[in-house]
Amino acid sequence: MTTPTTSSAFLREKKEEGWNRPPIMEPDGEAELLEVAMGPHHPSTHGVFRMDVALDGERVIRLKPVFGYLHRNHEKIAEGTSFLASMPYTDRLDYFCSLTNNWAYALAVEKLTGQEVPERAEHIRVLLAEFTRIQNHASAIGFLIQEMGASGTPLMYAFKAREKILDLFESLTGSRMMCNYMRFGGCRVDITPAWIDAARKVVAGLPGFVDEFENLLSGNEILMARCQGIGILRPELAINAGVTGPMLRGSGVNYDIRKVDHYGIYDRFQFRVPLGDHGDVFDRYMVRILEMRESIGILNQALKEIPGGPIMDPKSKIRGFRPKSGEAYGRIEAPKGELGFYLISDGGPNPYRYRVRPPSLINLTVLEDMCLGTNIADVVLIFGSVDIVLGEVDR
Amino acid sequence: MKTIEEIMAAIEAAIPGAQVEIVPNPSPSAQHSLRLDHGHAMQVAEFLRDDADLALDFLSNVTGVDWPDKEITEKVKVTRTVTKTVEGIEQQVEETVEEPRKRTEPGCLEAVYHLFSMSKKHGPVILRMRTANRTDQVEMPSLTPIWRAAEFQEREIFDLYGIVFSGHPDLRRLLMWDEFKDHPMRRDYVDPDDYEYEPTPHDSVLARAAAHKAATECIAPEGTVAGK
Repeated sequence: MTTPTTSSAFLREKKEEGWNRPPIMEPDGEAELLEVAMGPHHPSTHGVFRMDVALDGERVIRLKPVFGYLHRNHEKIAEGTSFLASMPYTDRLDYFCSLTNNWAYALAVEKLTGQEVPERAEHIRVLLAEFTRIQNHASAIGFLIQEMGASGTPLMYAFKAREKILDLFESLTGSRMMCNYMRFGGCRVDITPAWIDAARKVVAGLPGFVDEFENLLSGNEILMARCQGIGILRPELAINAGVTGPMLRGSGVNYDIRKVDHYGIYDRFQFRVPLGDHGDVFDRYMVRILEMRESIGILNQALKEIPGGPIMDPKSKIRGFRPKSGEAYGRIEAPKGELGFYLISDGGPNPYRYRVRPPSLINLTVLEDMCLGTNIADVVLIFGSVDIVLGEVDR
Repeated sequence: MKTIEEIMAAIEAAIPGAQVEIVPNPSPSAQHSLRLDHGHAMQVAEFLRDDADLALDFLSNVTGVDWPDKEITEKVKVTRTVTKTVEGIEQQVEETVEEPRKRTEPGCLEAVYHLFSMSKKHGPVILRMRTANRTDQVEMPSLTPIWRAAEFQEREIFDLYGIVFSGHPDLRRLLMWDEFKDHPMRRDYVDPDDYEYEPTPHDSVLARAAAHKAATECIAPEGTVAGK
């Protein structure tokens, strides 16, 4: 016989409060709390994610996220296979941004082995990463507005622009979403002049798309009424809870790993880091819009002149790849936040330890703090503004 | 940023009695780390976060690593006296021989913390802590009270490696379900044959039915089909 299980996470929760803990809220009067399991099949959860919510009327008193519905132990699988064989699997983490996932993993391995990346390959990586950022932010905003109730229309505008970028990915890598493109010490295939022309054409159309998107949304009365002043995240808590990406910058903390680490060749490009003032849902929306504009600027600079030369480090090995024993942590500014890979090698063909630092999971640490005291309808919106992909949360 | 030796010296000056040890990293990344003792880990972490020079306010990554018991075969030089015949005369001669010897290095579980600074924009500083063994003494102080970022990641390590973080406010399994028994990221973990198997209340019903069937077959009364 099994021991009886409870669906609610609250029963086992110990009540402890500290300066960085979510406050413990009490219901008004003698109201009876309603416990709702939002998910794993709630349409707003972008996949299989559950929030156990305790409600006093419509007000959220407690909220506990429940993970693991998409857990396939990616790290264990990667430890049982060679370094290179994990590369296509990283596409499946955050399936919206497979190219940045590839880059983060390649960067960690390059740090572990000390490989150099040729100039041309670095340029291609920046191009693809910024394209990925634009299409991720566009669809993240599209999904956010859809959760507000604008069924489909803004999302279709976002997907219209995304589709053009995915066409570029497909013609270069052979796949729209599962690109499997970067390699340790370079990239898999070279870009052609025809591809560069096509990319220039797409980039030329992107400012028009962002303008149109913003004309439709930014001044919209319903969007402002729903988004402004809810889901406020204080910058001190955001830093302490390890929140990264547009969420952190929406709270006004100036931290962009492209600017801090200068990985790749990001120190050669001029771009600004947009910051929010209030740390609410609207600021996160606005930071994403502005980041798209900055990414278009980076793309224009990168497409001006692409240096020639090889796209792979001639010394890098593909077969019989055995890094010397040691460890390395490599991280990049992925569209959702800091994506890091931590690798330990024991000199064998497989990584001894392979760890993904998932931005989506760690950004959800503050979900309860942002949702407490708001209406249940706003929980959907706050959750949408975090911008997660469950493939990365559960790994 | 300070070098790892300077950080160690700063910690030892600020917290008397803290045992800090540098773990060198031979790879080209040269990301060396500091191993902390359990007793002073919280104080050291608080110092690293609040110190004006270091200001490591951002805990990026928390990882578990499993180091199983290792059997090491090494050659040991042994000197012993042997009787040998040298030039026709029996003599006692001292001789040095290499003998293979096996010893077991006890394993442990390790947690690795990657720290950065958002205000000073430097990093990483890497902290490590080890448990006493892999079976019964798997406690370790939790750093969640210092950095909230460790909350879910320490829960994940508890889930997948089985390190018990004392002082964690809400230590439950994160990814596996609550009734799950083992820790899948350990290196000696064996997958179950049937992932879908779940004991259900109907198991006991089926067992009773099987017992009932067996009983009726044995002592079937005469005249029935089974009794012929």
